[in-house]
Amino acid sequence: MAARDNHGTGAPWDDAFRVVGQPLRKVDGLAKATGQALYADDVQLPGMLHAKILRSPHAHARIVSIDASAALALPGVHAVITGADLPIRYGVIPWTPDENALAVDKVRFVGDEVAAVAAVDEDTANAALDAIEVEYEPLHAFLDPREALATPEPQIHADIRGKPVRGNVSKHVELEFGDVEAALAGADLVLEGEYSFHGSTHAPIEPHCAVAQVSADGLLTLWSSTQITHYVHRALAQVLELAPERIRVIQPCLGGAFGGKSDPFALEFCVALLAQRTGRPVKMLWTREEVFYAHRGRHPMQMQYRCGAKSNGRITGVDARILIDGGSYSSFGLVTTYYSGQLLTGPYDFPSYRFDSTRVFTNKPPCGPKRGHGSVQPRFAFEVQFDEVAERLGIDPIEIRRVNFQGDDTQTVNGQRITSNGFLRCLDLVEEASGWKQRRGQLPYGRGLGVAGSMYISGTNYPVYPNDMPQAGIQLKLDRSGVVTVFTGGNDIGQGSNTVVRSIVAEELGVAYDHVRVVAADTDLCPVDLGAYSSRITFMVGNATIDACRKLRHQIVTALAEAWEVDPRRIRLMEGRAFDVEDPDRTVPTREAFQVAEARFDTLGSTGSYNTPQLGGDYRGGTIGASPAYSFTAHVVEVDVDVETGIVRVPAAWCAHDCGRALNPTLVAGQIEGSTYMGLAEALLEEHGVNRFGLHRGPSLLDYRMPTSLDVGDIHAMIVESVDPEGPYGAKEAGEGPLHGSIPALANAIHDAIGVRLRHLPFTPGTVLRALRDQGGKGEGAAVGSTAAATSKREAR
Amino acid sequence: MTERRVEEERRGFSRRAFLQGAGGVAAASSLTEAVHAAQDPASEVQRMRGPEEVELRVNGGTLPATVEPRTTLLDALRHRVDPPLTGTKLVCGEGACGACTVLVDGRPMYACMLLAADVVGREIRTVEGLADGDGLSPVQEAFCEKDGLMCGFCTPGFLMSATGLLERKPDADAEEVRRALSGNFCRCGTQPHIFEAVAEAGRRLREGGR
Repeated sequence: MAARDNHGTGAPWDDAFRVVGQPLRKVDGLAKATGQALYADDVQLPGMLHAKILRSPHAHARIVSIDASAALALPGVHAVITGADLPIRYGVIPWTPDENALAVDKVRFVGDEVAAVAAVDEDTANAALDAIEVEYEPLHAFLDPREALATPEPQIHADIRGKPVRGNVSKHVELEFGDVEAALAGADLVLEGEYSFHGSTHAPIEPHCAVAQVSADGLLTLWSSTQITHYVHRALAQVLELAPERIRVIQPCLGGAFGGKSDPFALEFCVALLAQRTGRPVKMLWTREEVFYAHRGRHPMQMQYRCGAKSNGRITGVDARILIDGGSYSSFGLVTTYYSGQLLTGPYDFPSYRFDSTRVFTNKPPCGPKRGHGSVQPRFAFEVQFDEVAERLGIDPIEIRRVNFQGDDTQTVNGQRITSNGFLRCLDLVEEASGWKQRRGQLPYGRGLGVAGSMYISGTNYPVYPNDMPQAGIQLKLDRSGVVTVFTGGNDIGQGSNTVVRSIVAEELGVAYDHVRVVAADTDLCPVDLGAYSSRITFMVGNATIDACRKLRHQIVTALAEAWEVDPRRIRLMEGRAFDVEDPDRTVPTREAFQVAEARFDTLGSTGSYNTPQLGGDYRGGTIGASPAYSFTAHVVEVDVDVETGIVRVPAAWCAHDCGRALNPTLVAGQIEGSTYMGLAEALLEEHGVNRFGLHRGPSLLDYRMPTSLDVGDIHAMIVESVDPEGPYGAKEAGEGPLHGSIPALANAIHDAIGVRLRHLPFTPGTVLRALRDQGGKGEGAAVGSTAAATSKREAR
Repeated sequence: MTERRVEEERRGFSRRAFLQGAGGVAAASSLTEAVHAAQDPASEVQRMRGPEEVELRVNGGTLPATVEPRTTLLDALRHRVDPPLTGTKLVCGEGACGACTVLVDGRPMYACMLLAADVVGREIRTVEGLADGDGLSPVQEAFCEKDGLMCGFCTPGFLMSATGLLERKPDADAEEVRRALSGNFCRCGTQPHIFEAVAEAGRRLREGGR
């Protein structure tokens, strides 16, 4: 059966869903609530060694020599490896392989991996690290992206994949759609502004961990806290020069990722090689400090935006120039650079649009994909500027977003296909729930409401390496005991993707929810899935699951219809039973139905798959940002600004998210809440940065200030179901979209509260007080500033 | 110390108090004998010079463990008892996140900030000790039902903090719940569901659950 079959959006049997739409429990909830869930660090194998990594103390330096002889001589040390042992470069994006598992010749940030040790225990491994002598020749370190852009030497990377790098530019993309200059010239209002987004990191609660074991027949098994099993499998084969059939990668239960476990990491290659060298299982668990240095978090961006609008609020054109601080390696940076421009073209109609994005290398921990990859920063800048357009034109901020709505079943200016689009309903819901009409502009000084809209992809249209095979695959096994086992390569990273798969199978085959077992993310057992990134699993794996179920369903129904001598259209499989809809007394448990089918068709199993249709603009890079469906979101955030201290609190936030159809509303609500939480957290409290030596400013959970339960306001999640024509039962993504708008809505609320536009994140008390002082224009501190702000706010009204 | 404890009992734990408590213990524990003296002034000062076999009272049973003076309770639970109790998680190792929270004599404490030798003789409860056979505790049941967990890595710590609160005060109000859980990070951001779960667990406990 073709991978691109569309199975429709309705319930599989009659009109009503039995399982989909129910707030059912997570498939692994019980294991997690009893402490039985097995995470990578819980894997203990007989004879297991412990590995540690030596890291660079320099931000940028040439490695002159490494002497590990003293370390190797220590009792209990089994192996030491360096860059010479793993010379092959890799990168998650095949066009930019610029990483080595351990540094070869050069180190590029404080924390860059230099050598690894396997020893009987962690103490011995740490002692061995101390005994390794490394001589460095320090080089000039670039910590400011503007300097790195302006200064071609010394280069952080001289060449990638044999091609010379231009100065320290990681990637440059310039695309124009329509005539932006003419559009701005024809506008009644053109606003120009500078915005900046700071760095933030994922800080998953579970630190990265990997365990490797080599069996007698040469099979390498790796348990890793990765969110993309398949890419780790490929990267291991490449770097270890090992045939892929000799590698098995398993993702055990995973303690949070948010994009931070998407790249292959040094620890995976190191434990694999150390296990090969020593013949013993090897584990490496990173410390919290190491997790901060591993990073791959949100790219800092400096953004200039121009937006032209007619007096009725209609946008005529948008122009963006973006400087992206990539840190020391490419990671997903090629995609990030495109995403910084490509994903802004909804939910509003842009008649013309241009972006010019440049990602540069700096000697800092490498940036990568963090929840809302590449598009959270531009969304912040644009939505804040758009709010100002509304203010200048005297249009309500929600109304101007309605006026510019692009509609459904349309195409964006950069050639992306939009199918379902529930953005207007999202706006209606947050407007109503927040009391926008009655409260905005009516709250006392210091309190305010702000709005923002956004869109995001439901998976990306093309895998990171080109191929014609399915992007998602599923295998089903029906047992005569009545159990259905689903094998999926999808990575459940806490978002509940295994639960989604279970729900779909229970719905399609009419089996009891707990008779469906899910085996996931094991490359030996499960068909390939491209993993947990780009919010792709529900959409793609969901469609593949339906595909596999329909094949089996056909066999079961056919077998029963033959046995009962009735028309197959009369057969139903629901809630653990098979029955004849015209003679409901004729019924058997699904277990018996499976047995009838097995007798008729032999052992029962099926596969299902999904591939996206051919999509994207007809230009270089036009497929990056193309997605089979886009989710849409509206946020209203309420703030309470203390003008004496500069502290911003968020007593409440409302987020309405169009996820197509909520396959499990509890899980969708959790994603909306978690996304909004994470956005507000990075806007107000968190900052990932380095000091002038390239040292992380605070690589601990005490210094990196994540919100506690006392800092989290009431987050109201609202679900909009636009029922997408191509999603599984109409579903789209929910895990990343609902982060985007939270940050600009917060900025816009602060403007409503105290009359100042904050364009530079994070909104720390210092930033707020400075803005108030500047607004007051007297430089006499917050009190004066706040008085002036109050006056101007009253005047504005 | 006594005054502070009384104060804590009165208003429930705050993260600050929690950290102060845990940090205080750890600071003193750099000298094992000092903390023995501090915790129980009447007791004989004991000296530990190297690895020593102790018995830990965990989840109603007694588990032998060979510990060093510097071995944390977290390390002992995860690696030095048989079978290993890996439900308690290592996340930060410095008392910042709450993922390793266990109950010590009914009070939530960070296992990474306690030395195993210091809790010999005290009643320790971990996530593995919450369920009674196949029957989940009301707190576990509510976390499953209300989806108070996503990735699950912080969940054992949250369960123990919530259990510690509700066993002391089943009618804790929303503000007390927020305070009691403020020493635990949930990075998935599912706090609204956790608050719901704890409220539901409190209802069940008041209605005569276990």
